[in-house]
Amino acid sequence: MSATEFLRVSDLHAFYGESHVLHGMDFTVRRGECISLLGRNGAGRTTTLRAILGLTGRRTGSIMLNGREVINMPSHRIAQLGVGYCPEERGIYASLSCEENLLLPPQVGSGGLSLDELYDMFPNLKERRHSQGTRLSGGEQQMLAMARILRTGARLLLLDEISEGLAPVIVQKLGEVIRKLKERDYTIILVEQNFRFAAPLADRMFIVEHGQAVAEIAQNEIAEKQNLLQEYLGV
Amino acid sequence: MTEIFGVPIQALFGQLMLGLVNGSFYAVLSLGLAVIFGMLNIINFAHGALYMAGAMLAWMGLEYLGIGYWWMLVMAPISVGLIGIIIERLMLQWLYKLDHLYGLLLTFGLALMIEGLFRDLYGVAGQPYSIPEEFSGAFNLGFMFLPKYRAWIVVASLTVCLATWYLIEKTRLGAYLRAATENPKLTQAFGINVPLMVMLTYGFGVGLAGFAGVLAAPASQVGPLMGSNLIIIVFAVVVIGGMGSILGSVVTGLGLGIIEGMTKVFWPEASSTVVFMIMAVVLMIRPAGLFGREK
Repeated sequence: MSATEFLRVSDLHAFYGESHVLHGMDFTVRRGECISLLGRNGAGRTTTLRAILGLTGRRTGSIMLNGREVINMPSHRIAQLGVGYCPEERGIYASLSCEENLLLPPQVGSGGLSLDELYDMFPNLKERRHSQGTRLSGGEQQMLAMARILRTGARLLLLDEISEGLAPVIVQKLGEVIRKLKERDYTIILVEQNFRFAAPLADRMFIVEHGQAVAEIAQNEIAEKQNLLQEYLGV
Repeated sequence: MTEIFGVPIQALFGQLMLGLVNGSFYAVLSLGLAVIFGMLNIINFAHGALYMAGAMLAWMGLEYLGIGYWWMLVMAPISVGLIGIIIERLMLQWLYKLDHLYGLLLTFGLALMIEGLFRDLYGVAGQPYSIPEEFSGAFNLGFMFLPKYRAWIVVASLTVCLATWYLIEKTRLGAYLRAATENPKLTQAFGINVPLMVMLTYGFGVGLAGFAGVLAAPASQVGPLMGSNLIIIVFAVVVIGGMGSILGSVVTGLGLGIIEGMTKVFWPEASSTVVFMIMAVVLMIRPAGLFGREK
Protein backbone atom coordinates (compact mmCIF):
# COMPACT_ATOMS: atom_id res chain seq x y z
CA MET A 1 0.00 0.00 0.00
CA SER A 2 1.39 3.38 -0.93
CA ALA A 3 1.71 5.88 1.89
CA THR A 4 -0.72 8.31 0.31
CA GLU A 5 -3.46 5.81 -0.44
CA PHE A 6 -6.60 6.65 1.58
CA LEU A 7 -9.21 4.27 0.24
CA ARG A 8 -8.76 0.99 -1.62
CA VAL A 9 -11.84 -0.83 -2.84
CA SER A 10 -11.00 -4.28 -4.18
CA ASP A 11 -13.22 -6.94 -5.67
CA LEU A 12 -16.24 -5.41 -3.96
CA HIS A 13 -19.53 -7.22 -4.44
CA ALA A 14 -22.74 -5.87 -2.93
CA PHE A 15 -26.29 -7.15 -2.81
CA TYR A 16 -29.73 -5.75 -2.10
CA GLY A 17 -31.59 -8.83 -0.95
CA GLU A 18 -31.28 -11.28 -3.83
CA SER A 19 -30.14 -8.77 -6.43
CA HIS A 20 -26.42 -8.62 -7.03
CA VAL A 21 -25.55 -4.97 -7.76
CA LEU A 22 -21.77 -4.60 -7.56
CA HIS A 23 -19.71 -7.19 -9.44
CA GLY A 24 -16.13 -6.81 -8.31
CA MET A 25 -15.63 -3.05 -8.06
CA ASP A 26 -11.95 -1.99 -7.92
CA PHE A 27 -10.50 1.48 -7.47
CA THR A 28 -8.27 3.50 -5.17
CA VAL A 29 -8.31 7.07 -3.96
CA ARG A 30 -5.21 8.86 -2.73
CA ARG A 31 -5.23 11.23 0.20
CA GLY A 32 -6.30 14.70 -0.93
CA GLU A 33 -7.46 13.43 -4.29
CA CYS A 34 -10.84 14.06 -5.90
CA ILE A 35 -12.14 11.24 -8.04
CA SER A 36 -15.38 10.92 -9.89
CA LEU A 37 -17.47 7.84 -10.59
CA LEU A 38 -19.26 8.38 -13.87
CA GLY A 39 -21.77 6.16 -15.54
CA ARG A 40 -25.35 5.63 -16.49
CA ASN A 41 -28.25 5.32 -14.06
CA GLY A 42 -28.27 1.91 -12.47
CA ALA A 43 -24.60 1.26 -13.21
CA GLY A 44 -23.82 0.91 -9.50
CA ARG A 45 -22.25 4.29 -8.59
CA THR A 46 -24.64 5.12 -5.75
CA THR A 47 -24.44 1.53 -4.52
CA THR A 48 -20.64 1.84 -4.42
CA LEU A 49 -20.89 4.78 -2.01
CA ARG A 50 -23.52 3.03 0.06
CA ALA A 51 -21.44 -0.15 0.17
CA ILE A 52 -18.39 1.76 1.41
CA LEU A 53 -20.54 2.91 4.36
CA GLY A 54 -22.14 -0.47 4.94
CA LEU A 55 -25.61 0.70 3.88
CA THR A 56 -26.29 -2.07 1.37
CA GLY A 57 -27.19 -5.64 2.15
CA ARG A 58 -24.48 -8.31 2.09
CA ARG A 59 -21.01 -7.23 0.90
CA THR A 60 -17.91 -9.22 0.01
CA GLY A 61 -14.42 -8.18 -1.02
CA SER A 62 -12.30 -5.59 0.68
CA ILE A 63 -12.59 -1.93 1.60
CA MET A 64 -9.39 -0.56 3.14
CA LEU A 65 -9.95 2.85 4.69
CA ASN A 66 -6.80 4.60 5.84
CA GLY A 67 -5.13 1.21 6.27
CA ARG A 68 -8.05 -0.50 8.07
CA GLU A 69 -10.36 -3.16 6.73
CA VAL A 70 -13.95 -1.92 7.17
CA ILE A 71 -15.95 -4.47 5.17
CA ASN A 72 -17.39 -6.05 8.32
CA MET A 73 -17.92 -2.89 10.38
CA PRO A 74 -21.37 -1.44 11.13
CA SER A 75 -21.99 1.91 9.40
CA HIS A 76 -21.58 4.10 12.46
CA ARG A 77 -18.10 2.71 13.10
CA ILE A 78 -17.08 3.36 9.49
CA ALA A 79 -18.39 6.93 9.69
CA GLN A 80 -16.44 7.46 12.89
CA LEU A 81 -13.22 6.72 10.98
CA GLY A 82 -13.74 10.03 9.18
CA VAL A 83 -16.25 9.48 6.38
CA GLY A 84 -18.90 12.07 5.49
CA TYR A 85 -21.83 11.08 3.30
CA CYS A 86 -24.08 13.33 1.23
CA PRO A 87 -26.81 11.06 -0.15
CA GLU A 88 -28.46 11.49 -3.53
CA GLU A 89 -31.87 12.19 -1.98
CA ARG A 90 -30.07 14.68 0.32
CA GLY A 91 -31.48 13.13 3.48
CA ILE A 92 -32.62 16.34 5.15
CA TYR A 93 -34.67 15.52 8.25
CA ALA A 94 -38.21 16.90 8.40
CA SER A 95 -38.32 16.53 12.17
CA LEU A 96 -35.24 18.75 12.63
CA SER A 97 -34.74 22.46 11.98
CA CYS A 98 -32.13 23.62 9.47
CA GLU A 99 -29.61 24.27 12.24
CA GLU A 100 -30.40 21.00 14.03
CA ASN A 101 -29.78 19.22 10.71
CA LEU A 102 -26.48 21.05 10.46
CA LEU A 103 -25.45 20.14 13.99
CA LEU A 104 -26.67 16.54 13.85
CA PRO A 105 -23.67 14.53 12.61
CA PRO A 106 -21.29 14.00 15.51
CA GLN A 107 -17.61 14.95 15.39
CA VAL A 108 -15.61 12.18 13.69
CA GLY A 109 -12.26 13.92 13.41
CA SER A 110 -10.44 17.16 14.09
CA GLY A 111 -10.23 20.14 11.79
CA GLY A 112 -13.86 20.38 10.75
CA LEU A 113 -15.25 23.77 9.75
CA SER A 114 -16.87 25.84 12.47
CA LEU A 115 -20.51 26.88 12.33
CA ASP A 116 -19.43 30.46 11.50
CA GLU A 117 -17.22 29.31 8.64
CA LEU A 118 -20.08 27.25 7.26
CA TYR A 119 -22.48 30.17 7.50
CA ASP A 120 -19.90 32.31 5.66
CA MET A 121 -19.70 29.66 2.96
CA PHE A 122 -23.49 29.22 2.76
CA PRO A 123 -25.16 32.47 3.89
CA ASN A 124 -28.65 31.18 2.97
CA LEU A 125 -28.43 28.54 5.67
CA LYS A 126 -27.87 31.18 8.32
CA GLU A 127 -30.99 33.06 7.26
CA ARG A 128 -33.05 29.89 7.33
CA ARG A 129 -31.52 28.25 10.36
CA HIS A 130 -34.80 28.08 12.32
CA SER A 131 -36.87 26.74 9.40
CA GLN A 132 -37.92 23.13 9.30
CA GLY A 133 -35.29 21.21 7.31
CA THR A 134 -37.57 20.12 4.50
CA ARG A 135 -39.08 23.61 4.06
CA LEU A 136 -35.82 24.72 2.47
CA SER A 137 -35.58 24.99 -1.32
CA GLY A 138 -33.88 22.19 -3.25
CA GLY A 139 -30.67 24.22 -3.57
CA GLU A 140 -30.67 25.14 0.11
CA GLN A 141 -31.24 21.51 1.07
CA GLN A 142 -28.29 20.47 -1.08
CA MET A 143 -26.08 23.09 0.58
CA LEU A 144 -27.28 21.91 3.98
CA ALA A 145 -26.51 18.30 3.11
CA MET A 146 -22.97 19.36 2.10
CA ALA A 147 -22.44 21.75 4.99
CA ARG A 148 -23.37 19.30 7.71
CA ILE A 149 -20.62 16.84 6.77
CA LEU A 150 -17.98 19.58 6.64
CA ARG A 151 -18.50 20.38 10.31
CA THR A 152 -17.60 16.91 11.55
CA GLY A 153 -13.94 16.70 10.62
CA ALA A 154 -14.60 13.90 8.12
CA ARG A 155 -11.66 13.68 5.68
CA LEU A 156 -13.28 11.45 3.07
CA LEU A 157 -16.40 12.91 1.50
CA LEU A 158 -18.80 10.72 -0.47
CA LEU A 159 -20.91 13.09 -2.57
CA ASP A 160 -23.77 11.59 -4.54
CA GLU A 161 -25.18 13.61 -7.47
CA ILE A 162 -24.83 16.92 -5.71
CA SER A 163 -25.39 18.93 -8.90
CA GLU A 164 -28.57 17.12 -9.87
CA GLY A 165 -31.65 19.22 -10.52
CA LEU A 166 -30.14 22.50 -9.33
CA ALA A 167 -30.01 25.93 -10.94
CA PRO A 168 -26.71 26.69 -12.77
CA VAL A 169 -25.75 29.39 -10.28
CA ILE A 170 -26.01 26.92 -7.39
CA VAL A 171 -24.10 24.24 -9.31
CA GLN A 172 -21.36 26.82 -9.85
CA LYS A 173 -21.37 27.63 -6.14
CA LEU A 174 -21.00 23.94 -5.26
CA GLY A 175 -18.11 23.69 -7.73
CA GLU A 176 -16.35 26.52 -5.90
CA VAL A 177 -16.93 24.79 -2.58
CA ILE A 178 -15.35 21.59 -3.90
CA ARG A 179 -12.34 23.55 -5.15
CA LYS A 180 -11.91 25.06 -1.69
CA LEU A 181 -12.19 21.62 -0.11
CA LYS A 182 -9.50 20.30 -2.45
CA GLU A 183 -7.22 23.14 -1.36
CA ARG A 184 -7.83 22.04 2.21
CA ASP A 185 -6.71 18.52 1.30
CA TYR A 186 -10.05 16.74 1.61
CA THR A 187 -10.36 13.38 -0.16
CA ILE A 188 -13.49 13.37 -2.29
CA ILE A 189 -15.50 10.86 -4.30
CA LEU A 190 -17.97 12.54 -6.62
CA VAL A 191 -20.71 10.41 -8.09
CA GLU A 192 -21.93 12.39 -11.07
CA GLN A 193 -24.22 12.22 -14.02
CA ASN A 194 -23.16 15.70 -15.04
CA PHE A 195 -19.83 15.23 -16.84
CA ARG A 196 -19.30 18.98 -17.30
CA PHE A 197 -19.54 19.49 -13.54
CA ALA A 198 -17.22 16.63 -12.66
CA ALA A 199 -14.59 16.96 -15.41
CA PRO A 200 -12.81 20.11 -14.20
CA LEU A 201 -12.93 19.01 -10.54
CA ALA A 202 -11.86 15.37 -10.67
CA ASP A 203 -8.19 14.36 -10.72
CA ARG A 204 -9.23 10.99 -12.08
CA MET A 205 -12.48 9.58 -13.37
CA PHE A 206 -13.73 6.02 -13.28
CA ILE A 207 -16.40 4.81 -15.67
CA VAL A 208 -18.77 2.44 -13.92
CA GLU A 209 -20.80 -0.14 -15.80
CA HIS A 210 -22.65 -3.23 -14.61
CA GLY A 211 -21.27 -2.83 -11.11
CA GLN A 212 -17.61 -2.61 -12.15
CA ALA A 213 -15.10 0.14 -12.85
CA VAL A 214 -14.48 -0.46 -16.56
CA ALA A 215 -12.16 2.45 -17.39
CA GLU A 216 -9.97 5.01 -15.68
CA ILE A 217 -9.29 8.44 -17.15
CA ALA A 218 -6.84 10.90 -15.61
CA GLN A 219 -7.49 14.63 -15.78
CA ASN A 220 -4.83 15.13 -18.51
CA GLU A 221 -6.25 12.30 -20.65
CA ILE A 222 -9.73 13.71 -21.03
CA ALA A 223 -9.04 15.14 -24.48
CA GLU A 224 -7.41 12.04 -25.92
CA LYS A 225 -9.98 9.66 -24.42
CA GLN A 226 -13.01 11.51 -25.81
CA ASN A 227 -13.96 8.40 -27.75
CA LEU A 228 -14.14 6.33 -24.62
CA LEU A 229 -16.30 8.90 -22.88
CA GLN A 230 -18.49 9.13 -25.93
CA GLU A 231 -18.90 5.39 -25.99
CA TYR A 232 -19.78 4.95 -22.32
CA LEU A 233 -21.55 8.16 -21.43
CA GLY A 234 -22.62 9.71 -24.68
CA VAL A 235 -20.94 13.05 -23.92
CA MET B 1 -75.13 23.23 48.73
CA THR B 2 -74.04 24.63 45.38
CA GLU B 3 -75.09 22.59 42.39
CA ILE B 4 -74.21 22.68 38.69
CA PHE B 5 -76.70 21.02 36.33
CA GLY B 6 -78.21 19.33 39.36
CA VAL B 7 -74.89 17.83 40.46
CA PRO B 8 -73.32 18.82 43.79
CA ILE B 9 -70.18 20.79 43.14
CA GLN B 10 -68.12 18.56 45.46
CA ALA B 11 -69.00 15.51 43.40
CA LEU B 12 -68.20 17.36 40.20
CA PHE B 13 -64.77 18.48 41.36
CA GLY B 14 -64.12 15.12 42.98
CA GLN B 15 -64.67 13.37 39.66
CA LEU B 16 -62.71 16.02 37.82
CA MET B 17 -59.77 15.34 40.12
CA LEU B 18 -60.12 11.60 39.72
CA GLY B 19 -60.28 12.11 35.96
CA LEU B 20 -57.07 14.12 36.09
CA VAL B 21 -55.38 11.38 38.12
CA ASN B 22 -56.44 8.66 35.65
CA GLY B 23 -55.53 10.97 32.80
CA SER B 24 -52.04 11.38 34.26
CA PHE B 25 -51.52 7.62 34.12
CA TYR B 26 -52.87 7.49 30.57
CA ALA B 27 -50.49 10.30 29.62
CA VAL B 28 -47.33 8.71 31.05
CA LEU B 29 -48.18 5.27 29.67
CA SER B 30 -49.22 6.41 26.20
CA LEU B 31 -46.14 8.64 26.04
CA GLY B 32 -43.93 5.60 26.58
CA LEU B 33 -45.85 3.63 23.97
CA ALA B 34 -45.55 6.48 21.47
CA VAL B 35 -41.79 6.89 21.97
CA ILE B 36 -41.26 3.13 21.61
CA PHE B 37 -43.44 2.88 18.52
CA GLY B 38 -41.70 5.83 16.86
CA MET B 39 -38.24 4.38 17.26
CA LEU B 40 -38.76 0.60 17.26
CA ASN B 41 -41.90 0.25 15.18
CA ILE B 42 -43.18 -2.06 17.88
CA ILE B 43 -46.58 -1.92 19.52
CA ASN B 44 -45.50 -2.73 23.03
CA PHE B 45 -48.22 -4.89 24.49
CA ALA B 46 -46.01 -5.65 27.50
CA HIS B 47 -46.42 -2.04 28.65
CA GLY B 48 -49.21 -2.80 31.11
CA ALA B 49 -47.35 -5.76 32.57
CA LEU B 50 -44.24 -3.65 33.07
CA TYR B 51 -46.34 -0.93 34.72
CA MET B 52 -47.60 -3.63 37.07
CA ALA B 53 -44.02 -4.84 37.58
CA GLY B 54 -43.07 -1.29 38.64
CA ALA B 55 -45.81 -1.31 41.29
CA MET B 56 -44.94 -4.83 42.43
CA LEU B 57 -41.26 -3.91 42.70
CA ALA B 58 -42.19 -0.94 44.89
CA TRP B 59 -44.24 -3.25 47.11
CA MET B 60 -41.53 -5.94 47.17
CA GLY B 61 -38.86 -3.35 48.01
CA LEU B 62 -40.84 -2.33 51.08
CA GLU B 63 -41.95 -5.83 52.04
CA TYR B 64 -38.62 -7.64 51.75
CA LEU B 65 -35.94 -4.97 51.97
CA GLY B 66 -37.62 -2.18 53.85
CA ILE B 67 -36.92 0.29 51.03
CA GLY B 68 -39.47 3.10 51.15
CA TYR B 69 -41.56 4.84 48.52
CA TRP B 70 -39.13 7.58 47.54
CA TRP B 71 -36.20 5.26 46.86
CA MET B 72 -38.40 2.88 44.94
CA LEU B 73 -39.78 5.75 42.88
CA VAL B 74 -36.24 5.96 41.45
CA MET B 75 -35.10 2.33 41.67
CA ALA B 76 -38.18 0.56 40.34
CA PRO B 77 -38.28 2.50 37.01
CA ILE B 78 -34.55 1.87 36.57
CA SER B 79 -35.05 -1.86 37.24
CA VAL B 80 -37.98 -2.02 34.83
CA GLY B 81 -35.86 -0.15 32.28
CA LEU B 82 -33.10 -2.74 32.68
CA ILE B 83 -35.60 -5.56 32.24
CA GLY B 84 -36.71 -3.74 29.07
CA ILE B 85 -33.13 -3.54 27.80
CA ILE B 86 -32.72 -7.28 28.31
CA ILE B 87 -35.99 -7.94 26.45
CA GLU B 88 -34.85 -5.68 23.60
CA ARG B 89 -31.42 -7.29 23.26
CA LEU B 90 -32.65 -10.88 23.53
CA MET B 91 -35.88 -10.71 21.57
CA LEU B 92 -37.19 -7.49 20.08
CA GLN B 93 -34.10 -6.59 18.05
CA TRP B 94 -34.78 -9.47 15.67
CA LEU B 95 -38.26 -8.21 14.80
CA TYR B 96 -37.73 -4.64 13.56
CA LYS B 97 -37.75 -5.54 9.90
CA LEU B 98 -40.91 -7.62 10.17
CA ASP B 99 -44.56 -6.60 10.25
CA HIS B 100 -45.92 -4.85 13.39
CA LEU B 101 -47.90 -7.97 14.12
CA TYR B 102 -44.81 -9.94 15.18
CA GLY B 103 -43.75 -7.37 17.76
CA LEU B 104 -47.29 -7.18 19.04
CA LEU B 105 -47.56 -10.95 19.40
CA LEU B 106 -44.18 -11.23 21.11
CA THR B 107 -44.89 -8.44 23.60
CA PHE B 108 -48.38 -9.83 24.22
CA GLY B 109 -46.80 -13.16 25.09
CA LEU B 110 -44.32 -11.42 27.36
CA ALA B 111 -47.18 -9.59 29.09
CA LEU B 112 -48.90 -12.91 29.79
CA MET B 113 -45.68 -14.40 31.12
CA ILE B 114 -44.85 -11.47 33.41
CA GLU B 115 -48.40 -11.42 34.74
CA GLY B 116 -48.39 -15.19 35.16
CA LEU B 117 -45.15 -15.03 37.10
CA PHE B 118 -46.54 -12.55 39.63
CA ARG B 119 -49.86 -14.42 39.83
CA ASP B 120 -47.97 -17.57 40.62
CA LEU B 121 -45.96 -15.82 43.32
CA TYR B 122 -48.60 -13.67 44.97
CA GLY B 123 -52.05 -14.75 43.73
CA VAL B 124 -54.52 -12.39 42.12
CA ALA B 125 -55.52 -10.51 45.27
CA GLY B 126 -53.99 -7.07 45.59
CA GLN B 127 -51.40 -6.13 48.19
CA PRO B 128 -51.92 -2.95 50.19
CA TYR B 129 -49.31 -0.19 49.87
CA SER B 130 -49.67 2.83 52.07
CA ILE B 131 -49.40 6.43 51.01
CA PRO B 132 -46.05 8.00 51.98
CA GLU B 133 -46.32 10.04 55.17
CA GLU B 134 -45.58 13.35 53.45
CA PHE B 135 -48.70 12.96 51.33
CA SER B 136 -51.25 11.50 53.70
CA GLY B 137 -54.19 13.76 54.37
CA ALA B 138 -55.80 16.34 52.14
CA PHE B 139 -55.81 20.02 51.29
CA ASN B 140 -59.03 21.85 52.10
CA LEU B 141 -59.66 24.05 49.08
CA GLY B 142 -62.89 25.43 50.48
CA PHE B 143 -65.11 23.95 47.78
CA MET B 144 -63.59 20.46 48.04
CA PHE B 145 -61.05 18.29 49.82
CA LEU B 146 -58.06 17.48 47.62
CA PRO B 147 -56.17 14.36 48.77
CA LYS B 148 -52.49 15.32 48.77
CA TYR B 149 -51.38 12.09 47.13
CA ARG B 150 -53.69 12.59 44.16
CA ALA B 151 -52.29 16.07 43.65
CA TRP B 152 -48.80 14.56 43.76
CA ILE B 153 -49.68 11.98 41.09
CA VAL B 154 -50.79 14.73 38.72
CA VAL B 155 -47.78 16.96 39.44
CA ALA B 156 -45.24 14.12 39.19
CA SER B 157 -46.74 12.73 35.97
CA LEU B 158 -46.89 16.08 34.25
CA THR B 159 -43.33 16.87 35.32
CA VAL B 160 -42.09 13.61 33.84
CA CYS B 161 -44.04 14.19 30.63
CA LEU B 162 -42.67 17.72 30.33
CA ALA B 163 -39.13 16.55 31.00
CA THR B 164 -39.50 13.86 28.33
CA TRP B 165 -40.82 16.42 25.87
CA TYR B 166 -37.88 18.72 26.62
CA LEU B 167 -35.39 15.87 26.29
CA ILE B 168 -36.73 14.84 22.89
CA GLU B 169 -37.53 18.22 21.35
CA LYS B 170 -34.84 20.49 22.76
CA THR B 171 -31.63 18.57 23.37
CA ARG B 172 -28.83 17.08 21.27
CA LEU B 173 -29.74 13.57 22.34
CA GLY B 174 -33.34 14.29 21.37
CA ALA B 175 -32.21 15.46 17.92
CA TYR B 176 -30.38 12.13 17.49
CA LEU B 177 -33.52 10.35 18.57
CA ARG B 178 -35.76 12.25 16.14
CA ALA B 179 -33.27 11.74 13.33
CA ALA B 180 -32.98 8.02 14.07
CA THR B 181 -36.76 7.71 14.17
CA GLU B 182 -37.10 9.43 10.79
CA ASN B 183 -34.20 7.84 8.89
CA PRO B 184 -32.29 5.26 10.95
CA LYS B 185 -29.86 4.14 8.21
CA LEU B 186 -28.67 7.61 7.28
CA THR B 187 -28.41 8.60 10.92
CA GLN B 188 -26.19 5.60 11.54
CA ALA B 189 -24.12 6.55 8.48
CA PHE B 190 -23.35 9.86 10.22
CA GLY B 191 -21.62 7.92 12.99
CA ILE B 192 -24.47 7.73 15.50
CA ASN B 193 -24.83 4.35 17.19
CA VAL B 194 -28.49 3.82 16.30
CA PRO B 195 -28.84 0.25 17.65
CA LEU B 196 -27.68 1.54 21.04
CA MET B 197 -30.21 4.37 20.90
CA VAL B 198 -32.99 1.94 20.03
CA MET B 199 -32.09 -0.17 23.03
CA LEU B 200 -32.02 2.82 25.36
CA THR B 201 -35.31 4.11 23.95
CA TYR B 202 -37.06 0.87 24.81
CA GLY B 203 -35.49 0.91 28.27
CA PHE B 204 -36.60 4.50 28.76
CA GLY B 205 -40.13 3.88 27.45
CA VAL B 206 -40.80 0.93 29.73
CA GLY B 207 -39.01 2.77 32.56
CA LEU B 208 -41.79 5.38 32.24
CA ALA B 209 -44.31 2.56 32.66
CA GLY B 210 -42.46 1.40 35.78
CA PHE B 211 -42.55 4.94 37.12
CA ALA B 212 -46.30 5.13 36.59
CA GLY B 213 -46.60 1.79 38.38
CA VAL B 214 -44.85 3.09 41.49
CA LEU B 215 -47.01 6.22 41.43
CA ALA B 216 -50.09 4.03 41.24
CA ALA B 217 -49.06 1.68 44.06
CA PRO B 218 -50.37 3.77 46.99
CA ALA B 219 -53.46 4.87 45.05
CA SER B 220 -54.75 1.41 44.20
CA GLN B 221 -54.28 -2.20 45.17
CA VAL B 222 -50.95 -3.58 43.97
CA GLY B 223 -51.78 -6.76 42.10
CA PRO B 224 -50.81 -8.76 39.02
CA LEU B 225 -53.90 -7.67 37.10
CA MET B 226 -53.59 -3.91 37.53
CA GLY B 227 -51.74 -3.57 34.22
CA SER B 228 -54.09 -5.49 32.01
CA ASN B 229 -57.05 -3.55 33.40
CA LEU B 230 -55.45 -0.28 32.41
CA ILE B 231 -53.59 -1.07 29.20
CA ILE B 232 -56.67 -1.55 27.03
CA ILE B 233 -57.81 2.00 27.78
CA VAL B 234 -54.27 3.27 27.22
CA PHE B 235 -54.22 1.67 23.77
CA ALA B 236 -57.50 3.42 22.99
CA VAL B 237 -55.88 6.68 24.15
CA VAL B 238 -52.94 6.08 21.82
CA VAL B 239 -55.25 5.35 18.90
CA ILE B 240 -57.21 8.55 19.60
CA GLY B 241 -54.11 10.71 20.01
CA GLY B 242 -52.17 9.16 17.17
CA MET B 243 -48.83 7.42 17.41
CA GLY B 244 -45.63 9.35 17.40
CA SER B 245 -46.61 12.72 18.86
CA ILE B 246 -45.36 13.43 22.36
CA LEU B 247 -47.50 16.41 23.26
CA GLY B 248 -50.39 14.66 21.51
CA SER B 249 -50.11 11.68 23.87
CA VAL B 250 -50.01 13.89 26.94
CA VAL B 251 -52.91 16.12 25.93
CA THR B 252 -55.04 13.17 24.79
CA GLY B 253 -54.29 11.21 27.96
CA LEU B 254 -55.27 14.02 30.29
CA GLY B 255 -58.28 15.03 28.18
CA LEU B 256 -59.70 11.52 28.06
CA GLY B 257 -59.16 11.07 31.79
CA ILE B 258 -61.22 14.20 32.42
CA ILE B 259 -63.92 13.20 29.92
CA GLU B 260 -64.16 9.82 31.59
CA GLY B 261 -64.48 11.46 35.02
CA MET B 262 -67.18 13.83 33.83
CA THR B 263 -69.08 10.96 32.22
CA LYS B 264 -69.16 9.29 35.63
CA VAL B 265 -71.02 12.34 36.93
CA PHE B 266 -73.46 12.94 34.11
CA TRP B 267 -73.96 9.52 32.54
CA PRO B 268 -72.49 6.91 34.89
CA GLU B 269 -73.57 3.94 32.77
CA ALA B 270 -71.37 5.08 29.88
CA SER B 271 -68.25 5.89 31.91
CA SER B 272 -66.46 2.65 31.14
CA THR B 273 -67.16 2.80 27.41
CA VAL B 274 -66.92 6.51 26.63
CA VAL B 275 -63.24 6.27 25.65
CA PHE B 276 -64.03 3.54 23.14
CA MET B 277 -66.94 5.50 21.70
CA ILE B 278 -64.62 8.46 21.18
CA MET B 279 -62.08 6.12 19.62
CA ALA B 280 -64.65 4.87 17.11
CA VAL B 281 -65.63 8.41 16.15
CA VAL B 282 -62.00 9.57 15.82
CA LEU B 283 -61.13 6.55 13.68
CA MET B 284 -63.95 7.42 11.30
CA ILE B 285 -62.96 11.07 10.98
CA ARG B 286 -59.17 10.97 11.39
CA PRO B 287 -57.81 7.45 11.01
CA ALA B 288 -54.27 8.55 11.96
CA GLY B 289 -55.51 9.96 15.29
CA LEU B 290 -55.97 13.54 16.45
CA PHE B 291 -52.26 14.42 16.46
CA GLY B 292 -50.93 11.66 14.21
CA ARG B 293 -49.41 12.11 10.79
CA GLU B 294 -50.63 9.86 8.01
CA LYS B 295 -47.83 7.82 6.53
